[in-house]
Amino acid sequence: MTVITAPLVRRMFRAEGLLRARELGIVVAIVVVFVATTINNHAFAEAHSVQQLLTGASLIALLAVGETLVIVTRNVDLSVGSVVGLSAYVVGDVFVKHPGTPAVVGFVLGTLIGAVVGVINGLITTIARVPSLVVTLASLYIVRGIDARIVNGKRIDPVNVPKPFTEVGYKTVLGIPWLAIIVALVVVIVGYAMRTFRSARDLYAIGSNPEAAALAGVPAGRRIVSAFTISGALAGLGGALFLAEFATVDATGGTGYELSVIAAVVVGGVAIFGGSGTVFGAALGALLLNTINQALVASRISSFWNQAVAGALLLAAIAFDRWVGLRVARRMQTAEGAHRDV
Amino acid sequence: MMSDTQTAPPAVTSVDTPRRELPWRAALRWDSGLVIVLIATLIFAGTQSSDFFTQSTMFYIGLNMGEIAIMALPLTLIVMTGEIDLSVASMLGLAGSIMGYLFEHHWNIYLAMLAALVVGAVGGALNGALITRLGLPSIAVTIGTLTLFRGLAEVILGNSTVGGYPLSLTKIGVTPIQGTQLSYSIAIFLGLAVVCAIVLHATPLGRAIFAIGLQSEAAHFAGIRVGRIKFWLYVLSGVVCALAGILFTLKNASARFDAGTGLELNVVAIVLLGGVSIFGGRGSIVGVVLSVIIVGCLQQALTQMHVDPQVQNIVLGGLLLVSVIVPNGGEAIRRIRARTRRRVPA
Repeated sequence: MTVITAPLVRRMFRAEGLLRARELGIVVAIVVVFVATTINNHAFAEAHSVQQLLTGASLIALLAVGETLVIVTRNVDLSVGSVVGLSAYVVGDVFVKHPGTPAVVGFVLGTLIGAVVGVINGLITTIARVPSLVVTLASLYIVRGIDARIVNGKRIDPVNVPKPFTEVGYKTVLGIPWLAIIVALVVVIVGYAMRTFRSARDLYAIGSNPEAAALAGVPAGRRIVSAFTISGALAGLGGALFLAEFATVDATGGTGYELSVIAAVVVGGVAIFGGSGTVFGAALGALLLNTINQALVASRISSFWNQAVAGALLLAAIAFDRWVGLRVARRMQTAEGAHRDV
Repeated sequence: MMSDTQTAPPAVTSVDTPRRELPWRAALRWDSGLVIVLIATLIFAGTQSSDFFTQSTMFYIGLNMGEIAIMALPLTLIVMTGEIDLSVASMLGLAGSIMGYLFEHHWNIYLAMLAALVVGAVGGALNGALITRLGLPSIAVTIGTLTLFRGLAEVILGNSTVGGYPLSLTKIGVTPIQGTQLSYSIAIFLGLAVVCAIVLHATPLGRAIFAIGLQSEAAHFAGIRVGRIKFWLYVLSGVVCALAGILFTLKNASARFDAGTGLELNVVAIVLLGGVSIFGGRGSIVGVVLSVIIVGCLQQALTQMHVDPQVQNIVLGGLLLVSVIVPNGGEAIRRIRARTRRRVPA
């Protein structure tokens, strides 16, 4: 018994270790970029600059958490950017029309709006069994259109957004921005759930092998709807945070976020075809991308280079992942072969 | 070889595979559905907007849709093989920027165009090599090159706008081809569409593309060079998108790095609305052409009705949603019925 389980356990640990190594790799990359930039420009390590670094990454990191849940199940949610825009404007509109609304209501309302879109995305994907890429591409357009209809050419004026609400966007606790604290909390909670809860492990099962998961009794449809709902809810919360951060929003808020979010998720080591990856990795991926952007600014390299570097980095990250994946596969194969010989 | 298994169509989530029909029959039904939608669109446009059936409408539709339509053709072929290319609009911007930059630096305009096309080929080859050689997922790779190409365009042009092209070339944004109401871009699209249709529906290469989309591995064992075909499709996509970038620049008589930002999703929407399956192996060029005409007419009619362009997105999204749900609707209803029936006696 022990003879059989020992190598198995060791193998599992090794796989787990590699996963950790993946996140460690991103952390190392962030540190390297940070230190290199600071040597170049000492202002980069100042509290204000670091706060900006965290704040700037928060929104994309939050969306990346939800997106990870969806991508792990072999689906994708392209509607997050539009949901951010819709939620941000509707929350702002409530503040305009009902002055005195408590700030908390704004966050709850934003989250609910997103959750509704998420449920619809999930239900259409699972009931009609249509590819989520198409469904969420459609809802990207529809939600943006509804948003534009509601906005109707106006914009939310910063004066109308209550102070306690916008304070979330710029105030700090012990030097850490509120935005970053909220997002970190979400990352830790969802990250813990993804490692621990059976229903969350089901998401990985669905993503690695849908047929096997279904045969093993995993209620795939329900789980996928939940994943979309959480992704939508977090995007809705992200919309409220968007309003808190910028204090103003028009019909274009959040446009194009979907691709930045997917980029962060992929850099964070989440396999685009499902089955593996963690929300910690995804959030770190968002932080790395933002650190590089800010580093370019601080190094006085023309900001025109931002996108080019981000793109090259993304490609490097995917290629690196593939290389690691191949190595793990090979090692597992040889381990299995040796096991059979015994 | 390894790459072929890795890049196989990702998400066949259905446990019970639906009945498979001959691919061309499914396409035929889809196309007839599109014709009905087109007729409905025309009736809607004609009744809602008195100006719709005028000569200039056709020209403006062509002018608005031309570049998107052109980019949709190679994307159709790529989606048919079960892959995707999200970098198309960024390539449009990069090609335009290269052309503008070289023209500004006193290159001959035609040489500058040629250089833009070469860059398109190189960019496409980069996509193709990463996807077929390294076996990376095309959606991730092309999100990467979407950012990279747009970033390079920004590096090249920065915030500047380059104009001053010869009037004989920029007139394509103002006047139709003599004696017709076709814009130059839509005429090029129609020409390319005929070529693509012949290649896809009447040559061994076209059959190979269908085969790759249906079963990449089986196609490989049947002797089809899966990797090579995919690689060259990406090169084709790069060149054609660069051509779209040239036309876009001439149409607007100016080059900017952010030309066509976000158009990639419009192009994908048109291809999917044209009945091309996102998993590959199903679709037709006729469907994509019809989809271009439908979207063009709808947008024009809604614009004439003074509907905000952003609000028009509701219609595009709705069409897209209906287009995937309706063909699957029958299946879904049958499944739900079967499930409820199974539950009752148990």
